[in-house]
Amino acid sequence: MRREGSPWTGLWAVVLKELADHLSSVRMQLLELLIFLTAFAATFVASRQLRATVAEDPFVYLKLFTTQQDPLPSFVAFLGFFLPLAAIALGFDSVNGEHNRRTLSRVLAQPIYRDALLLGKFLAGIVTLGISLLALWLLVTGMGLLVLGVAPSGAEVARGLLFLLSTLAYAGIWLALALVFSVIFRQPATSALAAMAVWLFFAVFWDITVQVVAQAFRPAYGGDPFAALAQVRLQLFLSRLSPNTLFAELVIALLNPEVRALGPVFITQLEGAVLNSPLPVGQSLLLAWPQFTGLLAGVLLLFAGSYVLFQRQEVRA
Amino acid sequence: MNAVIETKDLSKHYGPVIAVDRLTLTLPKGEVFGLLGPNGSGKTTTILMLLGLTDPTAGTVRVLGHDPSRNPLEVKRRVGYLPDSVGFYDELTARENLRYTARLNGLPRPEAETRITEVLGRAGLTSVADRLAGAFSRGMRQRLGLAEVLLKRPEIAILDEPTAGLDPEAAMEFLDLIRDLKAHDITVLLSSHLLHQVQAVCDRVGLFHKGKMVLEGTFDSLADQVLGGAYRITIETSRPDGLEPALRAIPGVTSLSQERPGQFKLETQVDCRAEVARRVVSAGVDLLGLALERPSLDEVYARYFRKVDHEA
Repeated sequence: MRREGSPWTGLWAVVLKELADHLSSVRMQLLELLIFLTAFAATFVASRQLRATVAEDPFVYLKLFTTQQDPLPSFVAFLGFFLPLAAIALGFDSVNGEHNRRTLSRVLAQPIYRDALLLGKFLAGIVTLGISLLALWLLVTGMGLLVLGVAPSGAEVARGLLFLLSTLAYAGIWLALALVFSVIFRQPATSALAAMAVWLFFAVFWDITVQVVAQAFRPAYGGDPFAALAQVRLQLFLSRLSPNTLFAELVIALLNPEVRALGPVFITQLEGAVLNSPLPVGQSLLLAWPQFTGLLAGVLLLFAGSYVLFQRQEVRA
Repeated sequence: MNAVIETKDLSKHYGPVIAVDRLTLTLPKGEVFGLLGPNGSGKTTTILMLLGLTDPTAGTVRVLGHDPSRNPLEVKRRVGYLPDSVGFYDELTARENLRYTARLNGLPRPEAETRITEVLGRAGLTSVADRLAGAFSRGMRQRLGLAEVLLKRPEIAILDEPTAGLDPEAAMEFLDLIRDLKAHDITVLLSSHLLHQVQAVCDRVGLFHKGKMVLEGTFDSLADQVLGGAYRITIETSRPDGLEPALRAIPGVTSLSQERPGQFKLETQVDCRAEVARRVVSAGVDLLGLALERPSLDEVYARYFRKVDHEA
């Protein structure tokens, strides 16, 4: 049976309303404060360390993101840690919150499809995250200008923007996941906990699991190089199922122009290669392209899942 | 026949549970129709199917000539819905809540602002228009819901349990607002289990029981069907003895019961007070009181379900 009328009717109204909610919510402001403070600290420390080597490094700006100095982790590491939390905080009560406030049936009785409501909520979350990330990125760049006293090159800006985009895709995964749970669970607390559990699982336990599984299925004893290779490959494959790995690899490829491979490399493949010479932006992007599309695919899959579940859900409380 | 809502053999099954069972209902334009029935009898499910918020398992629905599952946007543009215990965004003011609705309806901004001011006035909320909806009492919330219904200038207003949980005064005020809808030529479908209120505003009622509409019609015809008589006469006399046969013989009397010695209750099909008085007096008995009361919907309802339970 075909529906008549556009599924996008009312999408803008939903996006604008949700965006206004997010930007004025205490929840988001707290998280932003947290992210800004930690990012500020990380970059500040990094930039002080980098001042010593400014003249030697052609990509000093990118180092701003990745340099770490004990006890503080790098800016990127902070983002990888806090961004999922922020995305989950934005999404965990999107649908069940409407249920609990008894606004869902009222809103759906307006001339819009459910599509518009769900997509509007997702887009508003993405835009909110995008705004915060852009602000953060500009802040870091600005601080780099002040402390380092060098202007970033075009390639560095391009890499920075690509990095921004992939960070957004990474955040999108967690937002979409939170959205799925907000459709499945009626209690916002349950959905928040479920999303955090998934995040914790990938952040802490996935690496351990991957090692154990790879060891069990592709045991490598006694220095057999083929067995070792098979194990590494399985490990890499499994570990790439986690959005955290994909994001980490993307960041490595985009922010370190010298990186030319994201997996095992054979000696033969290095023949004729000029080591430690930076790749152009396009080549780095090409290197990280599978990871990027992987993240996007994850976002799409999760969103599609929430869409299907939401379409089948009963409106009544 | 200008029917605005038409359903034919409309059914909704949730697994083995039959929520609505072959409902056939027609609402002409401008009517106020009351859906009556205990909780869980299928009223809300019926309403959701009329709005296209739930797909029927079988049967057809036409609302304003459209099929709500195929063309819900057109239906929802012209039908206002006030859900059971409606909720609003607590962190927005009444006006902002309505502004969101206006935007969802695609109303242009200046038009929306005039309409919002107008409907807030009609719902009696002008003085609290810029207060947070979170601070609203239940009655105010309900009225804000009605203001939202009015905002889209609907042809049909569907109100689900609009007066449930309101104090008597607030409920009366709300009923006045519903009458106001009728005056504006809006067809109203309202569901409730508060019968005297339904009786006060509805032209026609349908009684739901376990997903079926078991009785339908004007209130008088319902009373006729269930009680066997639409009039009830109480008389008080000085002496009880010997009066009963005389009273029973009055044409139109369907039942008679003695409440206390000397006090009788008669159920009749016609208003035969004069005849009753005549008989009492001619029997040589003093007539101390004579009153006519219309049975209330509560009674119809209670009697009907007693009968159903009895048969089951």
